[in-house]
Amino acid sequence: MSITINGTSVAPPDDPRVSLLDLLREHMHLTGTKKGCNQGACGACTVLVDGERILSCLALAIQFEGRAVTTVEGLAEAGELHPLQRAFVTHDGFQCGYCTPGQICSAIGMASEAARGLPSHVSADLLAEPGLLDREEIAERMSGNLCRCGAYNGIVDAIGATFFGTGDVYRPDRPEVAA
Amino acid sequence: MTPFRYARAADDAEALRLGADAAARYLGGGTNLVDLMRETIERPTALVDVTGLSAAIDERGDGSLLIGAAARNTAVAEHCAVRARFPALARAILAGASPQIRNMATIGGNLLQRTRCTYFYDNEASRCNKRQPGQGCDAIDGFNRIHAILGASPACVATHPSDMCVALAALDAVVHVVGAGGARAVPLVDFHRLPEGQPDRDTVLAPGELIVAVELPAAAAGRSTYRKVRDRASYAFALVSVAAALETEAGVVREVRLALGGVAHKPWRATQAEEALRGRPASAAAFRAAADAELAGAVPLRDNTFKVELARRTIVAVLGELAGDAS
Repeated sequence: MSITINGTSVAPPDDPRVSLLDLLREHMHLTGTKKGCNQGACGACTVLVDGERILSCLALAIQFEGRAVTTVEGLAEAGELHPLQRAFVTHDGFQCGYCTPGQICSAIGMASEAARGLPSHVSADLLAEPGLLDREEIAERMSGNLCRCGAYNGIVDAIGATFFGTGDVYRPDRPEVAA
Repeated sequence: MTPFRYARAADDAEALRLGADAAARYLGGGTNLVDLMRETIERPTALVDVTGLSAAIDERGDGSLLIGAAARNTAVAEHCAVRARFPALARAILAGASPQIRNMATIGGNLLQRTRCTYFYDNEASRCNKRQPGQGCDAIDGFNRIHAILGASPACVATHPSDMCVALAALDAVVHVVGAGGARAVPLVDFHRLPEGQPDRDTVLAPGELIVAVELPAAAAGRSTYRKVRDRASYAFALVSVAAALETEAGVVREVRLALGGVAHKPWRATQAEEALRGRPASAAAFRAAADAELAGAVPLRDNTFKVELARRTIVAVLGELAGDAS
């Protein structure tokens, strides 16, 4: 069985030691996904698998047969940046940019978790209905992604503007109103 | 990483057959095992992928909850019955690791996490009885701020890293395993070991035994919570954590379940504190006395004396929070 990466079918590696991250970068030459710590501490390697955010450095590629992987290269549609990518530019969500692909994939996964009502460590009510997240919630839910430049305020601004109505709101049904 | 064979088990029987090889390991999300293999601390020659086995979360007629071992951490914390009836478990899971890791990690794998003792991880330059039996322990006289204050041995002062297991210890969870000798059910509090003279053995699992499910009994449902104290606000292991459930009647403690994390080689069920509290007033003074009873046996190391007071205050705060909510 193959692995689907940004819509393309890829054979799993012959050597089961190959991580999903190395499959992306070294075999597929998709170098948008970054290798930071390679031990699950920094989040730079975050990708989406069937829409869920995971760390590709701790993932053995062979476990992802039959799954659909989306990297930062797979987010733009018809040559247009994803609204969150545009918001990172607008809100100064990065300086050196090394953590940015992981931040963006992570935030997209986070937004779908929030939309289905998954609570977080800082949620007072575990049973609250899905709603808009404030800065504290966004920061907690993005704590798996480190930014060495310290662009956190811009990152939270970009995510808030794109998904949670702080500033210009992104609506998947009306992309023209994106930030 | 040492070379290994990989196979995906279609069912429990196939997993057991493949896992019978002494050098095989069962693979869940890989969030700990892959890292340990990269450091060559774990060197299995075969990995048996068990993520295709049961991940179902079933509310049963008797009110108990049965969680398949392949259920992901996020799925458990998200489940309505867990959030509503076993909130300490949802809170413990949400306090652990990062969202990406919680999306990968399985419940069975979480039970088998290895310690984050820095000397255990320092394969190159440190001695560790857990990694290499009989080698000695560099943590006992080393930088041991994160280490155990309860139940340690001269061979090992490491702590168990899981948040989830602390909640499971408080909630009287039962671990269901299968092996060559058949199926058995092990109470969570007996599943992990104290180090004694064999710190290389974290659990009572026999070679080749497979975790298939974790059961939460109906009696543990109700008001409960989990509080974690760590060096930063998120994405760090616990210095001290407390899982607790409290039932009061007219201001008197009718039932209490209390477990501590970050203080011992296993999730520490605080039975002495529970004993000291049952039938007593649900007051700060009684909570302090209960914490003192539990921590009387604490043996801090050079750098972690602070954990005794931190554990005491966290116990009192968590019980106070639960008692306050009840009134």
